[in-house]
Amino acid sequence: MSGLLLVTQGAVSQGVLWGIMVLGVYITYKLLDIPDLTADGSFTLGGCVCTVAILSGINPILATVMGLFAGLMAGAVTGILHTVFEIPAILSGILTQIGLWSVNLRIMGGKPNNPLLQADSTISFVVDRTGLSQSQAALIVGVVLVIIVIAVLYWFFGTEIGAALRATGDNADMIRALGVNINHTKLIALSLSNGLIGLSGAMVAQMLKHADINMGRGAIVIGLAAIVIGEVLMNRVKNFGLKLFSAVVGAMIYLLIRAYAIQLGLNVNDMQLISALLVAVALAIPVAMRKWREKAAYTEEDLYAAEHEGSGVKALAEASEDADKEGR
Amino acid sequence: MISLKNVSKTFNRGTINEKRALDNLNLVINDGDFITVIGGNGAGKSTMLNAIAGVFPVDCGKIEIDGVNVTRDPEHKRAKYIGRVFQDPMKGTAAGMQIEENLSLALRRGKTRGLGWQIRAEERETYKNELSRLGLGLEDRLTDRVGLLSGGQRQAVTLLMATLKRPELLLLDEHTAALDPATAATVLKLTREIVEGEKLTALMVTHNMKDAISIGNRLIMMDRGQIIYDVSGEEKEKLTVEDLLRKFEAASGTEFSNDRMMLSR
Ligand SMILES: Nc1ncnc2c1ncn2[C@@H]1O[C@H](COP(=O)(O)OP(=O)(O)OP(=O)(O)O)[C@@H](O)[C@H]1O
Ligand SMILES: [Mg+2]
Repeated sequence: MSGLLLVTQGAVSQGVLWGIMVLGVYITYKLLDIPDLTADGSFTLGGCVCTVAILSGINPILATVMGLFAGLMAGAVTGILHTVFEIPAILSGILTQIGLWSVNLRIMGGKPNNPLLQADSTISFVVDRTGLSQSQAALIVGVVLVIIVIAVLYWFFGTEIGAALRATGDNADMIRALGVNINHTKLIALSLSNGLIGLSGAMVAQMLKHADINMGRGAIVIGLAAIVIGEVLMNRVKNFGLKLFSAVVGAMIYLLIRAYAIQLGLNVNDMQLISALLVAVALAIPVAMRKWREKAAYTEEDLYAAEHEGSGVKALAEASEDADKEGR
Repeated sequence: MISLKNVSKTFNRGTINEKRALDNLNLVINDGDFITVIGGNGAGKSTMLNAIAGVFPVDCGKIEIDGVNVTRDPEHKRAKYIGRVFQDPMKGTAAGMQIEENLSLALRRGKTRGLGWQIRAEERETYKNELSRLGLGLEDRLTDRVGLLSGGQRQAVTLLMATLKRPELLLLDEHTAALDPATAATVLKLTREIVEGEKLTALMVTHNMKDAISIGNRLIMMDRGQIIYDVSGEEKEKLTVEDLLRKFEAASGTEFSNDRMMLSR
């Protein structure tokens, strides 16, 4: 029982830290309508930069901020590829992500893994002072960070620049005609998004006490899955802050499901497939429902015409039916 | 005053789809001019409006607004002078955003946007007053998403948005064409009230020749990327639809057959 409790606790803490990444994905995917594949690379980048900085003696808080800024710059690269050079958004993200793989290895000195060992971190700081366990401390730090991030995003998207950014995702032609350079809003959104993803990577690395070249693999799909889960669970919320909160809840639930599945003997490597299926199904269901409804709504005979005896529509239908028979 | 001097635009240059949409076009729009624009399909009406708005760079010529050469300015920079309403009612508003958010975005047309609040209590009164002018009851629905509105309501809101911050020039490209006749009449009436009431300068493309004659103080007819007829004042008021058809045939050497223009006689 205590084993299960431990698993739950670990998953919830990680979920909250991953939730920061999901908030980043939310900005690009939900507000800008761009599935930004930079995420996988910028998450790892945040972790790598932060751990290397910590190991070289930099203050852990500063190291975490460096992880954030590294992600921000990765997002800016994608943004420049997309806006200045007009490379499609998805491809821009892929290019940055692929490039980051080499960059991340370079940052970690060619090693695929960078353990923090007993080095100080923002989490060990709390552990030392309170005597809590690593994952309990991570949960506290994570919750504080999530509250700060949601508050900042809530404020930002209520400002003029933030509103212009939302409008860019909603109707780019309109907002351009209203005098906004949508290259700028897209660049801001991609940078902000990946900054949060980098911050999340930095925090997860500190919780797990290491950075790994593969730590961000599938991050974008996890982000989308978490958003989908959050939307299903809290589909009635209208308030923007609560919508952001639901994305974080989605991340927690995703990581809980993953932890339990592994506990039940599922191979951790299968999780990628499960996430991909989850997102694919979530995106496919609305489309399938619409097609089914269209099909169900079709009737061989025009019921409307049949009800309105002698209307032109019915006469026309009969005439064409006759013509069909003659044709055969 | 807005002027276009020798403006040309060729699409798909060097391909079999090459199309000279604007051909050495010259036009001077005086302050307070309310100009209706007519012409057959593909005459270059939309292209002219888009060239003024800066949707694409022109090949040559010069476009000036109030003495400022804007020929090389991108669309978002010219936005401070220009209000626009498109044919498609979906194009002018952000469906996922609230009515007041849309209006507040429009109120800041051409201004530098910063980190102040987008929605401000003191501006709400303006939005309410302006919306009540439309007579559609939208003043009580400030926080409704625009996506909930009908096409006609959205077009009316777009018209309001285009004029909320007074534009040097209002561009209307068949902005009632996608609406049912009754709604189109309402939106057209609103257009006249706003443009005439506030003495705006406007270009309105229409396929309805009666409207083209009865609305505004000036009428221009386009064909093959040029302005082939430009009439204003008393002379315009005396025009008939037949006059226009004859003018078109004489100037272009073709008949107005098989054209939407015929339908709206
Ligand atoms: N973006 C574009 N790319 C290529 N060709 C274009 C483009 N825009 C317009 N054209 C072409 O330029 C010509 C003029 O088009 P334009 O849309 O200005 O006509 P219009 O007078 O507005 O006609 P309509 O009454 O049908 O709206 C047409 O032959 C059109 O096919
Ligand atoms: Mg047109």
